Amino acid sequence: MGRLLLQRLGGLLTTLFLSSIVIFGSLYLAPGSPENVIFGSRTPTAAARAAVRHRLHLDQPLPVRYWDWLTGVLHGDLGTSMVTGQPVADRVGAGLGTTLLLVLMSMIMVLVFGLTMGLLAALLPGRVDGVVNALTSVTVTVPSFVASALLISVFAVQLGWFPASGVGQGLGGRIQGLVLPAVALAVLSCGFLARVTRNAVRDQLEREHVQTALVRGLPRRTVLRSHVLRNALPPIITAVGLLTAGTFASTLVVESAFAVPGMGQLTIQSVAQKDFPVVQAVALMLVAAFVVCNAASDLIQAVVDPRLREAGSTS
Amino acid sequence: MNSVKSTWKRLNKALGRSGMLSLAFLVVVLLAAVLAPLVAPADPNQSSLLDAYAGPSGAHLLGADGIGRDLLSRLIFGARTSLLGPALIVGVSLLIGIPLALLASWYGGWVDGVVARVFDLVYALPGLLLAVLTVALFGPGLTPAVVALSIAYIPFLARIVRAAARQQRVSPYVDALAVQGFGMLRITVRHILRNIAPVVVGQAAIAFGYALLDLASLSYLGLAVQAPTPDWGVMVSDSDAMLKGYWLQVLAPGVLIVLTVLALTVLGARISGEKPPGYLRRRPAKAVAAEKNRTTVGAAA
Amino acid sequence: MTAPLLELAGLTVDIATEDGGSRTLLDGVDLTLAPGEALGLVGESGSGKSMTVRAITRLLPRTATAAGAVRFEGEDVLTMGAGRLRGYRDSGVGLVFQDPRAHINPTRKIGAFLIEALVGNRKVPKREALARAAKVLAEVGIDDPQRRLRQYPHEVSGGMLQRVMIASVLLAEPRLILADEPTTALDVTIQREVVGILDRLRRERGMGMVFITHDLDLALAVCGRVAVMYAGRIVELRSADTLHERAAHPYTLGLLGSRPSIDARVERLTAIPGRPVSAFESGPGCAFAPRCSFATAACETTPPTLTEFDGGLVRCLRVEEIHAARTEVKA
Repeated sequence: MGRLLLQRLGGLLTTLFLSSIVIFGSLYLAPGSPENVIFGSRTPTAAARAAVRHRLHLDQPLPVRYWDWLTGVLHGDLGTSMVTGQPVADRVGAGLGTTLLLVLMSMIMVLVFGLTMGLLAALLPGRVDGVVNALTSVTVTVPSFVASALLISVFAVQLGWFPASGVGQGLGGRIQGLVLPAVALAVLSCGFLARVTRNAVRDQLEREHVQTALVRGLPRRTVLRSHVLRNALPPIITAVGLLTAGTFASTLVVESAFAVPGMGQLTIQSVAQKDFPVVQAVALMLVAAFVVCNAASDLIQAVVDPRLREAGSTS
Repeated sequence: MNSVKSTWKRLNKALGRSGMLSLAFLVVVLLAAVLAPLVAPADPNQSSLLDAYAGPSGAHLLGADGIGRDLLSRLIFGARTSLLGPALIVGVSLLIGIPLALLASWYGGWVDGVVARVFDLVYALPGLLLAVLTVALFGPGLTPAVVALSIAYIPFLARIVRAAARQQRVSPYVDALAVQGFGMLRITVRHILRNIAPVVVGQAAIAFGYALLDLASLSYLGLAVQAPTPDWGVMVSDSDAMLKGYWLQVLAPGVLIVLTVLALTVLGARISGEKPPGYLRRRPAKAVAAEKNRTTVGAAA
Repeated sequence: MTAPLLELAGLTVDIATEDGGSRTLLDGVDLTLAPGEALGLVGESGSGKSMTVRAITRLLPRTATAAGAVRFEGEDVLTMGAGRLRGYRDSGVGLVFQDPRAHINPTRKIGAFLIEALVGNRKVPKREALARAAKVLAEVGIDDPQRRLRQYPHEVSGGMLQRVMIASVLLAEPRLILADEPTTALDVTIQREVVGILDRLRRERGMGMVFITHDLDLALAVCGRVAVMYAGRIVELRSADTLHERAAHPYTLGLLGSRPSIDARVERLTAIPGRPVSAFESGPGCAFAPRCSFATAACETTPPTLTEFDGGLVRCLRVEEIHAARTEVKA
């Protein structure tokens, strides 16, 4: 278990390191010079251009710049926004809490509704299973931006229950503003999790060891809890890990749709403004969220299934 | 005539009712896209401010948008851009992914190891993020978005091809062919690839659906297809119409996206041989199968 | 005669098929088992022997329906309420499955598996249950039981896992043990050993046993009586020590002939021609007729009944003629 933990941690750091090189390298190899962002439509003198390039350390070779940036990141300095001149850490920090809250709210909905629907479908074959299946077949194809449009039309414009854009003050206001975005993120994931749960539980229900438990006279509830559900967990955990990671990526879309001041909206804005230091930081954080989710799901699985505990046996 | 009938019967049997419905829907959408100039009632970019937000009528079957462009015509022309992008993405990733996967599964060993690692690494990055970063580099547009998503979709398809091909690789018929002196190229392309074709085609259809979603998301964000061009993703982003309550403008393209992707996933699952959900079938007696697998006494000698 | 421990009366199991029809898997099986008695159930694939065991524990597939009666100590198992059924499964009957790898939950420790029923059903304190489990593990020949209790199923061998399975059944101290090909999944070298342990401990505790196998020799070694099944029906029932000499059904004779033997000098092994059929595949007459070298036109159309012959029960129309012919040849 300890070895597996170390191995996963090593893999996580490697992936982050490689992604940071790719992200850093590609942004600075992009066509058009970054300093043009600062000059905008003005044409600078050669001296002014050189001064700016020096200030941004653009006159140094790429590896040196990467090293400076990396050591800065490790000290908590993510650089300075080229558009607003604020420290990147401040801009990112402002949106991080909102995005984390949004993802948390969305995943709670996904877990509650996805698991419930999946369990009902698995345990009640026939009509309930059919209804859930029909419902999830459709919801797994509803992208978050279509869900956003639908939710805004109905609950913000028609009914006026929730704001169509932005979030309010305080935790209550924030939560109220994030309800619709969270639902928009959850629609697709709910269906996905319900299907995975249904299939995993169905698969276990037909397993031989469940028959053993039944033939020993154990109560149905015990059989379901300690044998069926427990053993159905690994694929469900994988799905939750993937969905959490995917939800982080989808905040790019949903935060823009609802004008939520989070990391996703910041990313899209910075991309549009070519504010490279900010893009770099948020992109790396999104990758980190992605990788952490996957590693966490691997580790939780190893806790549930002893056969996965030997390091290297998970792939 | 008879052969047409039997082909139809076979298709019906292989795809089932849901598969046939999906296929029919996709054929209609595809025909609309190809024949757009012929079937669209109006020029999708012709605006007339007098018709702004006109309701459904004889002149505009589904009404008109904020600057009086015919909604139905924009939906029909939008099918073109909305389908072209995903087609390119799936095409490119198959073109690159299949050879890589076949090579990896044929040679195994370190070749397989390296290819698998690279796939895993790219797979770990969300396609949407990759595309957003690419747009940050090259500016918004359909081309950078398609390039980025193509790269992101290579591992999605290649991993499936590799797994399926590996299964074939170890089956006796491949050894038998190799012993007869057939080369790697001939065996992989003419035998292995042909045997796994249903899986590849099915999964490609599913990937097409996901690529459509991703690309539409990017267009919605204004990062792929650009505004005046009719495109389903772009049309959903018409927040002005939405906030004014003209929800048909936004929901019609949204529903088209959902239905198209739904049809693609259903069809893809049927082609690649996934069983229809359990409630459609009665469970065959598991015990019968179990008994049948037992070794026999009488025949043992 | 004492009251039987187990009694099957006209047990018939049908299963629904995908096209809405139904297929017969068991067709009127009658059996009785006295307390402490061991009965062998022998047959090829699809003969219905496993389905018989499933019906006895009421562990039937969802689409199956059972008719007739399965009486355990006089009470019909097929019509028991849920609570009674659990009690019966807990302490009345124990089932040793063929494949312990699949039949023991791989995610839980061996100790947890062993004590689950004791703690869950009978409220035995965990510490005491573990002590009992360790004792039974030692009895089935597992050394260092304390360590085994803390191991996971994937950490021990298949042979050891089958002993764990046997221990789990002994631990519940049922009156009846059902063993469904308990050694088929094991290495040949440890098959005898495991069967020996099962047989000895069962005798010591006075438990009845239904032993299912396709290996006629194995059944003869551990059982007092042997029932031979074919296509969902019993075709011959006889005491184990007379089966060799008095076997009368052509199918039993075929099984004896197709079995390699080291003590009898046999020129060549005679296999039974054709493949075994299931109950639903058989015609109106004798299910074995298509493969039987003695079959006549009457065999194809008239179903034989299970009747007494030469100290046993045989289901064959021509049993007397065949017996006479065989005696002639021998003489």
